[in-house]
Amino acid sequence: MSAALRCAGLGHRYGRHLWGLRDCDLDVPAGRVVALVGPNGSGKTTLMSMAAGLLPVTEGTVEAAGGAPAQRLDRIGFIAQDAPLWPRLRVADLLEVGRCMNRGFDGVMAAERIGRLGIRPRARISALSGGERAQVALTLVLAKRPELFLLDEPMANLDPLARREFLGSMFEACQDTGSTVLYSSHAVAELERVCDYLIVLRAGRVRLAGDIDELRSRHRVIRGPDGWPAGGGWQVISQRSMAGQTTALVRCDETRLPGPGLQDAAPAFDELVLGYLDGDAARLPEEAVA
Amino acid sequence: MFRIDGRSDVPIYRQLVQQVRRDLMLGRLRPGDQLPSVKEVVDALSVNPNTVVKAFTELEHQGMIVRRQGVGTFVAAAPQLASLAVAPRLLAQLARWVERARRDGLSAEQIRMLLQVALDEPAAGEDDRHAAGGAV
Repeated sequence: MSAALRCAGLGHRYGRHLWGLRDCDLDVPAGRVVALVGPNGSGKTTLMSMAAGLLPVTEGTVEAAGGAPAQRLDRIGFIAQDAPLWPRLRVADLLEVGRCMNRGFDGVMAAERIGRLGIRPRARISALSGGERAQVALTLVLAKRPELFLLDEPMANLDPLARREFLGSMFEACQDTGSTVLYSSHAVAELERVCDYLIVLRAGRVRLAGDIDELRSRHRVIRGPDGWPAGGGWQVISQRSMAGQTTALVRCDETRLPGPGLQDAAPAFDELVLGYLDGDAARLPEEAVA
Repeated sequence: MFRIDGRSDVPIYRQLVQQVRRDLMLGRLRPGDQLPSVKEVVDALSVNPNTVVKAFTELEHQGMIVRRQGVGTFVAAAPQLASLAVAPRLLAQLARWVERARRDGLSAEQIRMLLQVALDEPAAGEDDRHAAGGAV
């Protein structure tokens, strides 16, 4: 399977000392819908901006849609956070800009989609609601028919119905053209439905990356009397104590038995994600990066 | 026909697989019945198409469904489900048991817990029964 996004030792430094992202190794197969999760300032936007060719690479390499981002701009569709568009332009003019600047831009589909959503083509961008602006940005990107979508919190401004519509359009693009989507969001609860591949960033480092079902099968949530993880060589990702019981997310294969006095379960999706967001960053095992 | 439990420790694709197997076992789906297309499931549930494809592929491997290119997805002529024949009788017994448990004042949650214990720990309850002189 070819990679839609490949990073090797990728890093970007802001100013002289602050690394927005560092030592980033990723190999995202084509056709996946990838959840990019991490606290604010963990490097999500830095990674997307480098993949979109908008931010220079300080060290390492990045390939997007099969080449250097600057050479593949026509195959990459990027929506930055809050969908910034020229506020003075009218919707129809913006679609025309999209048509002129992109080979193979599907202007018919774009106009049809804007009409279906009830957005007036004559309206200026500045007069649209946040949700409508997000829909216009998504329409521009969809009409471009990119191989790789880079969407930075695309649903933050959408109401529940608009979210469903947005996801429907995105999934249709995935099915029709086999596009890959890299999708950042803080709404962990809805990511399991949306995505099949997970990347967790923390403090500018990749903490976890891989197929979601595979990652879930390689972790377990184990509960037992306080102190149980101390012995036994458990690879504990994060743990919490309550009422004399310690619950921990551990990384281990399915064959290992938890032992007497311990209860174990497969992690729910949010338990896996929150475990990696929550865990002691300094102690996280590097092998966790698949 | 599909529902997703977002808080479950069961992955979504496996939830879809289990729901088809359950409907087959209960006779709600019969050999030859057509299943919704991937696109229909994606639209209805707002779920990633790769997840739906994965569920259908797994069901196909299990011999539950067949996919005919350009036509659709159908329940296999003879899906391999051992419990298919006994299910209605067992379900009726279980329904009577649940009714009795409710009459005894058990909540749905308590009943679910009992079922879970019975599934996970087949020997559970034996000691209590002996202690109570064999009365069930």
